[in-house]
Amino acid sequence: MTDQEVNTKMKTEEYFVNMGPQHPAAHGVLRLLLTIDGEIIKNVEPDLGYIHRSIEKMCERDSYQQIVHLTDRMDYLSSHINNEAVCLTVEKGLEIEVSDRVKVIRTIIGELTRLASHQLWWGVMGMDLGALTTYFYAFRDRELINDIFEETCGARLTMNYFVPGGLMYDIHPNFVQRTKEFITHFRTKLPEYDRLLTGNVIFEKRMKGVGLLTKEDAISFGATGPVARGSGFASDIRKKDPYSAFDRVDFKEALFTEGDSYARYKVRIMEMWESMSIIEQLIDNIPEGNIKEPTKAVIKLPKGEFYQRVETARGELGVYINSTGTKNPYRVKFRSPGFSNLSVLNHISKGVKIADLVATMASFDFVIPDIDR
Amino acid sequence: MGVDSKRRYLSQLEAEGLKEVVPDDFPGKVIPGGNGGNIVVTTLDSVINWGRSNSLWSLYFGTSCCAIEMMQTGAARNDYSRFGFEVARASARQADLIIIAGTIVNKMAPVLRRLYDQMAEPKYVIAMGACAISGGPFYYNSYSVVKGADHVIPVDVYVPGCPPRPEALLEGMIMLQKKIKTENMSQKVNPIDGYDEGEIV
Amino acid sequence: MKNEDLQNIINGLAENLEFSEEGSEFLNVIVPKEGLYNLCNQLRSKSDLDFDYAYCITGMDWGKELGVIYHLESTSLKHKIVVKVMTDDRENPILDSVWDIWRTAEFHELEIYDFFGVKFNNHPGLRRLFLTPDWDGWPLRKDYVDEANMIVK
Repeated sequence: MTDQEVNTKMKTEEYFVNMGPQHPAAHGVLRLLLTIDGEIIKNVEPDLGYIHRSIEKMCERDSYQQIVHLTDRMDYLSSHINNEAVCLTVEKGLEIEVSDRVKVIRTIIGELTRLASHQLWWGVMGMDLGALTTYFYAFRDRELINDIFEETCGARLTMNYFVPGGLMYDIHPNFVQRTKEFITHFRTKLPEYDRLLTGNVIFEKRMKGVGLLTKEDAISFGATGPVARGSGFASDIRKKDPYSAFDRVDFKEALFTEGDSYARYKVRIMEMWESMSIIEQLIDNIPEGNIKEPTKAVIKLPKGEFYQRVETARGELGVYINSTGTKNPYRVKFRSPGFSNLSVLNHISKGVKIADLVATMASFDFVIPDIDR
Repeated sequence: MGVDSKRRYLSQLEAEGLKEVVPDDFPGKVIPGGNGGNIVVTTLDSVINWGRSNSLWSLYFGTSCCAIEMMQTGAARNDYSRFGFEVARASARQADLIIIAGTIVNKMAPVLRRLYDQMAEPKYVIAMGACAISGGPFYYNSYSVVKGADHVIPVDVYVPGCPPRPEALLEGMIMLQKKIKTENMSQKVNPIDGYDEGEIV
Repeated sequence: MKNEDLQNIINGLAENLEFSEEGSEFLNVIVPKEGLYNLCNQLRSKSDLDFDYAYCITGMDWGKELGVIYHLESTSLKHKIVVKVMTDDRENPILDSVWDIWRTAEFHELEIYDFFGVKFNNHPGLRRLFLTPDWDGWPLRKDYVDEANMIVK
């Protein structure tokens, strides 16, 4: 039978398949209800809530220093940047200006976190498409960043080093030298990553032209981060509303216009190069200054609403605190980047095959506790 | 009772007058070893237990932050495949160990129970991290977190930490291997019997 | 564009608007619930306002009223504004949906329905998103009590 005869003479039905909460390519506990016809997808409906831990309700009974500890567990791959968001909001409410030393250290540690998150993304993406080597390469290099964090901050994954007002304690004397050694080592490794995946014929055929997202759709759906920058929407908060020490460093914003998965991949690789350049500009002259501005032991924000946005490895995280003057906030809302990015998935996966859906989800880089909070 | 290299039977101790090994308020069951009559079975036991404990294959089940530390334990620097946990299987019917890494929420609890029921016996469970042991940092003021994975399935080894270091998880896995080596084929009790009615073995 | 110019332009678009700037760094516009859809349409389509990026949509329980707060930004003209709408009815709160103006509102309104119980007209499919479909009650309201699950400290 020719193709045309197959399409007109054979009668097929649509059916539901559950890409369930426990799945090797689901990046966590995400359940997708697929309506498919053969291998072509007609509709994708996400079902969330399998890791919903009610963090926003818990914040209404905690003090402001305790809220910082809960944000670590939301998007655990860029945990320092989440902490920074809450600390900046509280400092905005109390109208404290932190010293230059604190700003520079927060920026350097934030960029190291972004590097670690993108390394894990690269490793897991290769694994989703079937290449297990990338997993081992990425984790080998990620351990070096974990070592730097462990020496200064005390833990490897959930660190809680930033407090409202500054840092918890000063950096270790070895911090500067170990960071410089890591940057020199990683500059020789990143071209190796390129040789493995970027120029690979199989990889290009699976990623080019898959999952197209236009610029108007990206703005309307509220997509941010590398997902939006791969479609031409210049959404980098580090350039639009600079915070900490980002107004005194010089870096390029990664922007491509094709809108497919390959463009999103190139955005993240370019962000890794730019992060290394930012760290090199700041690491040699960390200014002297106070580590922590004095605040009261019980922080009370004045009556009002405060909003602060930062750029995590996944996109724009916004923290909205509404306070009535007591020692607990009245309402805390986290505008998470993954939630808005997920709403794009149904729109761009109509008419593609299931294997393309897996490649698209790998290029989106979801972390499900960030979506479910 | 621990793992001893020299086997001592209670009847032997009784005969020698050294019986004060087990106090009266001991919270477990003491099974007497027999008078040396089942030498064949004990050697077969040790071979079977050696085979089982050195090749446990775990299921991909990581819900939140502890999953990253579990992946880090499987990667190049700390490698759990040197102890026999070679592959992580995606299907529950091909796995015999489930490492619960992450918080269990009200909506996820039936899924976990169904996965445990789909596994073939003998099956073991490790609870990794503070959230799986008792709810962790989400114990107070949260309406949707199950306060401990052992409300859903019976657990063998608990590994504390938030998240536990890879070395801690490896020690938990080795402790599970030691526990398997002390099992006795004729008196093996399935931990899920009576679990739903509230009896704890 | 400065806040005073914004206020002058928006004042002519609908009736009974209240403006305030205290306690916040943006200009706040409080609109009655009948005029919400019209105002949002004009904010999106007028070329000197051009608010095309809704970056945060929050549900809120002020104690007596329930409502929604919209944070809007324009990507071309680079100004920001906050729109608030509230309703007194706690038994059956209904508001208009803006999902065809900003597509991101589809998922955010599902979240607000799940936690506060606010229903939206013209929404493609209201359903529980995070909690199980047979959950009883609206958790993020201030008068929610759950003795079985919540251990309160």
